[in-house]
Amino acid sequence: MPLDQQSDIKGFRVVGQRPLRPDGIDKVTGRARFGADMTAPGMLIGRVLRSPHAHARIRSIDASKASALPGVKAIVTRDDFGQVDDDMVDILVNCMAHDKALYDGHAVAAVAATSASVARKALKLIEVDYEVLAHVTDVDAAMTADAAVLHEDAADESVPAGMSKNVVRRHEFGHGDPETGFAAADHVIAQSFKTEAAHQGYIEPHACLASMGPDGQADLWVCTQGHYMVRNTCAALLGMDASQLRVTASEIGGGFGGKTTVFIEPVALALSRKAGRPVKMTMSREEVFRASGPTSSSSIDVKIGMTKEGRITGAEATLRYQGGAFVGSPVEFGAMSAFAAYDLEHVKTVGWDIVVNRPKQAAYRAPGAPMAAFAVESVVDELCKHFDLDPLEVRLKNASTEGSKAVYGPTFGRIGLSATLNAAKSHPHYTAPLGPNQGRGVACGFWFNFGGETCVSLNINVDGTVGLSVGTPDIGGSRASMCQMAAEELGIPYEKVRTIIADTASLGYNDVTDGSRVTFASGLATIQAARDAIEKLCSRAAQMWGIDEEAVVWEEGYAKPAGDNAGKFEPLSLADIAAVAANTGGPIAGHTEVNADGAGQSFATHLVDSEVDPETGRVKILRYTVFQDAGKAVHPSYVEGQFQGGAVQGIGWALNEEYIYGEDGRLQNAGFLDYRIPVASDLPMIDTVIVEVPNPGHPYGVRGVGETSIVPPLAAIANSVSAAAGVRLTHLPMSPPRIQKAVKEAN
Amino acid sequence: MSQIHVSTTINGDQTEYLCEAEETLLDVLRDRLGMTGTKEGCGTGDCGACSVTLDGRLVCSCLVLGAEAEGRSVGTIEGVADGDKLHPLQKKFLEHAALQCGVCTPGFLVAAKALLEQNNDPSEEEVRYWLAGNLCRCTGYDKIIRAVLDTAQEMRSA
Repeated sequence: MPLDQQSDIKGFRVVGQRPLRPDGIDKVTGRARFGADMTAPGMLIGRVLRSPHAHARIRSIDASKASALPGVKAIVTRDDFGQVDDDMVDILVNCMAHDKALYDGHAVAAVAATSASVARKALKLIEVDYEVLAHVTDVDAAMTADAAVLHEDAADESVPAGMSKNVVRRHEFGHGDPETGFAAADHVIAQSFKTEAAHQGYIEPHACLASMGPDGQADLWVCTQGHYMVRNTCAALLGMDASQLRVTASEIGGGFGGKTTVFIEPVALALSRKAGRPVKMTMSREEVFRASGPTSSSSIDVKIGMTKEGRITGAEATLRYQGGAFVGSPVEFGAMSAFAAYDLEHVKTVGWDIVVNRPKQAAYRAPGAPMAAFAVESVVDELCKHFDLDPLEVRLKNASTEGSKAVYGPTFGRIGLSATLNAAKSHPHYTAPLGPNQGRGVACGFWFNFGGETCVSLNINVDGTVGLSVGTPDIGGSRASMCQMAAEELGIPYEKVRTIIADTASLGYNDVTDGSRVTFASGLATIQAARDAIEKLCSRAAQMWGIDEEAVVWEEGYAKPAGDNAGKFEPLSLADIAAVAANTGGPIAGHTEVNADGAGQSFATHLVDSEVDPETGRVKILRYTVFQDAGKAVHPSYVEGQFQGGAVQGIGWALNEEYIYGEDGRLQNAGFLDYRIPVASDLPMIDTVIVEVPNPGHPYGVRGVGETSIVPPLAAIANSVSAAAGVRLTHLPMSPPRIQKAVKEAN
Repeated sequence: MSQIHVSTTINGDQTEYLCEAEETLLDVLRDRLGMTGTKEGCGTGDCGACSVTLDGRLVCSCLVLGAEAEGRSVGTIEGVADGDKLHPLQKKFLEHAALQCGVCTPGFLVAAKALLEQNNDPSEEEVRYWLAGNLCRCTGYDKIIRAVLDTAQEMRSA
């Protein structure tokens, strides 16, 4: 949106306040209904049979014994899904294996039965004849010549001949010539890094309730980040018209990117179609780990040259990410974002997308960026140590600012990186004393942010209240910020607006809740819909007064006569106009349909102190402060919450969390006991500083904040732990055995 | 299949149900009694989303059999508020924005209430260790801990 359409609101009245969230009471009393909380008359329970093998050819599936079990109402396999378009094939094959099982946990069949226990028994009666194949789960091993091959022809023309068939895409970004840059440096450091796969770890497992009638009309209740995506995908996979499938988004118990695709939803619909009854499906936690998307594991080489004054002269990175058994790891985002925080003349990044026998990766909060930032920020830290330079000063000296050409092509507009660095520099945390075996780490992070397709409807009710329908599932309090923005624009109290997440039949298409887009894009659309409604309200007021509608202005919730008519009529409130709407033309509503751009890039700087127990290798996070640009924080509490949540997910990824595969290619830690996400006793308070550098692309200056917060932590913690341990840690997670080993090797 | 008849008390109400021998209390609450406020996050006692009290003691309802509730008293999230009067913890969770997605919130509230009933002046560290069995992936726990400490202070001064 051009600057001249920006709000002329000088002091915000509602935006920037911290009102109670409208869905709050439901969530503290147990009334809120999540994916697994819905039932339907005659409902069956669906369960999935999953491959116990990392890689196997499926010779045949015999479900005759299972079908004969009393209470079994439907069984589906690959044969129950027809041909789909090329862009849907991988999604379908991931939901239901075709000729091969590609990872431990890959779905091969599903049952709907009258109870969960009957369904479980039925699964045991399905006979699958597997031919077990050699497998590979490590990203570097998958690139070698003798590695087991998953797909014969998944690579495209970007991949040079002669590489392993598991290498499926190559991406390159940059400008200038890194070699020229390295020649101008006083010192060059090259290092290699590895990160392990982490799961999004949302507490609510995937769940849905599908109901399809004999007429082909269907309803689906599902926990998802994008119910329009679910509708379009499921309709395509089942050969339905989109109009025949109505999807309603339940309350969603966390997603972090992991609920931006489908897993059990098309299976539940296929079972319901076959059984002619509603089918409810929920994943167990084990299934969530084995068969929904974690993020990539990675292997990264970084080389950076710097002058003794701290100016970076050249930079280069090679990133290898595995995306599980299908094309599409987020290595492209890694290669695009790796050096985004630096204004560089000579920079090049190359990303390799690799397939292995693991579950298909799904987006995880700033997908691809945290690992890249870990590698880059570790090498920058080493260079700072080499020259004995202050890490914040070096970053300020090289920071991307307005006008910098980003490694991925565009020139940055107004961004807040330097503001976050300066906020960190002046914060007491930065100069607080450290004890023995303690270290301080600094790192920056970047995320693109996204706008996307958005549609909202804002209805003025006859009693002067407002119903706002948005199509982006509320994953962390967005209904509150939507109410705030609508109330701000209309000039009415926050409590007068109720926001709901409309189903796919009630509102036009909306992109998924992803890319940190909701407060930006649905917010922008809400403000525009409010302005649309205001125009109509002014027109109705003009009718009521018998004057030209151009002669009416909207100020602080009132239509007021302007120009020659100023002061001639008593101002009319929204409620006054709404009360007689029937006499002035009928219902009043505002609408927006937009493909929003101008999301405004987001940067953060994180500061962390840690202590390493030299004997056990255990790390304790002592103090953590997040400095992030929010553009304008609509509801500061939920902005802080995003900062804190991202930081703590980063702490888990940096210190504990990893997918552990055995020699047999099976996941060994598919549960919260062995895949340990941070718990309350692991952590200190997470301090936050909201920096506000307004985004010119949003009427109130809003930037998305959800994802950037997970980008710096891996690097900041690695820099902190490396300082505390006295040795550079290059492999995440920095679990006690890895730290002990690194310390031992260094001595 | 023969089912077990159970007579129990849930949130003070006399309740009877039939359940299978292997059925968990969590499944009974959610699937037989329609009390879906108690959540399943793992089914293995690792996440605390299904926290309830059994004769006042905090337990994971996924680790208790439905049949074990015979003659006992069960407390769930649906019983934390007194009618339309929220418990101070519920109010403080909202004031402190101590929830984002809210799926872990019922478990945290049941667990925190159990803590404050036996210790009305916990330290931050005591709160953190008491709640270490409740996983939250959204908040990083900061605002949850603050909400519990603030509640304790308010309840002491009330």
